[in-house]
Amino acid sequence: MTEQTSSYCQVGSFAVGNRLVDPHLRTVQSDRLRPNALTSGHRACQGCGEALGARFVLDAAMAATDRQLIVVNATGCLEVFSTPYPETAWQVAWMHSLFGNTAAVATGVAAALKVRGDTATRVIAQAGDGGTVDIGFGCLSGMFERNDDVLFVCYDNQAYMNTGVQRSASTPAAARTATTEARGREPGNAFGQGKNLPALAVAHEIPYVATASVAYLHDLEAKVGRAMELHGARYLHVLVPCPLGWGAASRDTIRLARLACETGLFPLFEAAHGEILSATPIRHREPVEAYLRPQRRFAHLFADPPRTDDIARIQAIADRNIGRFDLLGERAGKGSR
Amino acid sequence: MSEHPFAITLDAGSSRDNRTGSWRVERPIYVDRMPPCNDACPAGENIQRWLYHAEAGAYEAAWRGLVEDNPLPAICGRVCFHPCEAACNRGKVDEAVGIRAVERFLGDAAIAHGWRLPERAPATGRRVLVVGSGPSGLSAAYHLARAGHEVVVREAAPRPGGMLRYGIPKYRLPREVIDAEISAIEDLGVEIRCDAGVADIASAMAEGAFDAAYLVLGAQLSHRVQVPAADSARLLDALAFLAGTEAAEPVAIGRRVVVYGGGDTAMDAARSAKRLGATDAVIVYRRNRRKMPAHADLVEEALAEGVTVRWMSTISRVEKDKVLVEKMELDSAGFPQPTGEFTNLDADCVILALGQDADLAPLAALEGVEVRDGLVVVDAQMMTGHSGVFAGGDMVPAERTVTVAVGHGKRAARNIDRWLRGETGGPPPRHELASIETLNTWYYADAGRTVQPELEAQRRQTGFEEVVGGLDEPNALFEARRCLSCGNCFECDNCYGVCPDNAVSKLGPGERYVFDYDYCKGCGICVAECPCGAIVMVPELI
Repeated sequence: MTEQTSSYCQVGSFAVGNRLVDPHLRTVQSDRLRPNALTSGHRACQGCGEALGARFVLDAAMAATDRQLIVVNATGCLEVFSTPYPETAWQVAWMHSLFGNTAAVATGVAAALKVRGDTATRVIAQAGDGGTVDIGFGCLSGMFERNDDVLFVCYDNQAYMNTGVQRSASTPAAARTATTEARGREPGNAFGQGKNLPALAVAHEIPYVATASVAYLHDLEAKVGRAMELHGARYLHVLVPCPLGWGAASRDTIRLARLACETGLFPLFEAAHGEILSATPIRHREPVEAYLRPQRRFAHLFADPPRTDDIARIQAIADRNIGRFDLLGERAGKGSR
Repeated sequence: MSEHPFAITLDAGSSRDNRTGSWRVERPIYVDRMPPCNDACPAGENIQRWLYHAEAGAYEAAWRGLVEDNPLPAICGRVCFHPCEAACNRGKVDEAVGIRAVERFLGDAAIAHGWRLPERAPATGRRVLVVGSGPSGLSAAYHLARAGHEVVVREAAPRPGGMLRYGIPKYRLPREVIDAEISAIEDLGVEIRCDAGVADIASAMAEGAFDAAYLVLGAQLSHRVQVPAADSARLLDALAFLAGTEAAEPVAIGRRVVVYGGGDTAMDAARSAKRLGATDAVIVYRRNRRKMPAHADLVEEALAEGVTVRWMSTISRVEKDKVLVEKMELDSAGFPQPTGEFTNLDADCVILALGQDADLAPLAALEGVEVRDGLVVVDAQMMTGHSGVFAGGDMVPAERTVTVAVGHGKRAARNIDRWLRGETGGPPPRHELASIETLNTWYYADAGRTVQPELEAQRRQTGFEEVVGGLDEPNALFEARRCLSCGNCFECDNCYGVCPDNAVSKLGPGERYVFDYDYCKGCGICVAECPCGAIVMVPELI
């Protein structure tokens, strides 16, 4: 982790807080007076990774902007569970757009602020993977190429969970969804399909692109902080496990988010203007099986007989990421762990 | 809706009207589990708790936590065989926390800064006699004095400390340390009378009008095995030899010394012999290293100092300047059996370290005291068959170590206090063990154990200077912070941070957290992500 301090402090910077370090080295989430941009009473499922991810990101952004923030939200779980009329769980200026036009609406909000001469208030657009990778991609790509002053955050739970777990272009290979059933010779989602949106964002050569995980809070908050220091189009892709859609125990949300990173399946990196700047090294490498086994969407891989060929193909994806991003710190020399 | 300004439809945070706690079928609760170190500590120290203070650099608070249970941290920080470290969960992650080294640091800091032991409770007017001023007697005297009782310790030797002073060599335990911790107990108003052995417990209690007694006479009679010896052979008893090293003129031992036995005392004797000028110090032991009763640390240190061991060997005969050694072999049951193969070993003297027995003569006139296999039988409250007379230390059946003795002293003192007050009932039930499976060790930053400095080999063979050095402050702090705080909240804020429903409230430093069951949906993430296993899920009562 890049945020580790030099003197040894028990849990270092891996836990949310740490009574042994200076308050300014602790997370926004450890603060008793944190903004709680998303508050209690929302109707997300037990153990929802997206509810957690949204609070982590927006609290950090509110802390970075002195709470001068407008959030535009696409249709999806996050909108449905947070704002069933006549209640809302948001404690931030928040507006709902359509499923596909969030980036365009956010562009408009940023333009309106510019017209009004408001340089203090910042704009975030947020959506699930469906609203980002599939339905919203046209508007998002336009926002990127125009370099509009918006941070777009994708909370990626890897399928259309709100409508009943249908496949998206972010659904991983072999995963079972309602539209990629675990049947036939190639059960689950096909290998070799889908979009790598962080890579597409990097290809737009915008000022800032990063991936983050709800299991690495210090890393996530640091990335939000850096994004808010910059202007222009910025993109943050956050992995948020979904207990319902992934078929996992509600208590395992963070554990799975962590395993996705520690297997190499979800690399944590930062990029600017088309160049990869850094990657967060893996602390304790795990085989992909450790990540796949607890999820029912991959249960068919471990049936009788097991799909060892598919598990090996998924391991190869992880190994490729580890090599590409140097996640074991082999090229850079040992990381600062 | 019309009450809102243009385009604003809903009030911020209005979702709080929706009490999602009703979804829950299980609820998380905070618990304190028994850390394995505390569980293993013979003195019953709350190690996790005092390390918690040390982690923050609050060393006096840490020491105060320590002396709640053990008034001899500088002593135990040197000579304890640290079962806490063998049990430490961090040993399963990388290496066990160096608990004993931190304890020593705190004990030494207390001596250096003159921190005073806690004040006594108001006087109860009850009098307790403690016979023996070894670690157990000192521990009991301290706890009894704190409870407000008047305590008199009677000691047969000229100086207090028992085996601490007369059994453990000073290169392991410097005498200034013993003196400092004993005088701190005396400062509490405990009276220690030396050269005042008790020949008859019953009459001593009657004469002094004592309401209760704690007997810790120790085991000071060396176990004699019939070793055939020529008249001219020089045979020494290990305890007398070790006590003699305290005298101005130590006993003459010659250059080639053979020590017979495989316990801690044999190690101490062989290492002391080296320091007194022996060129060869050879231990003869009848079984192999794995079966040796001496603690591994001491064996390592002895070997490092050039002590050699004849494994699987017994002494058949001792002559003027040699011993006849017979080779043994282990039978199928693991017992050594003679082989009939003999060799000679040069020896100017032979030190016998074959175990010790308790001298129970002073108890003869006490009615009801049961003796079995040469040891005094006590109940769970450490009381003998004679009401009001308690016993502990080496004269009761138990492991014979300083820390076990200290623990006996504490237990006996608490039970004597209850007995004097006419209370019954035991200590509160112990918490469930915080096993490694209850922890989420991913969160702890990687860090290997700090190594304590050791005296160079040359100086370890020529004098009685202390061998193992203490940790300096930065290293002690580092080592304390390696603690995983098993089973006890250390306020890492994980539960507060990882709740998707904001159903955890943080109460501030030292106050921990509370769950807001109006909104907790019972997902269990807080339980899974608590590094130290201090949260459990329990079924919701419907």
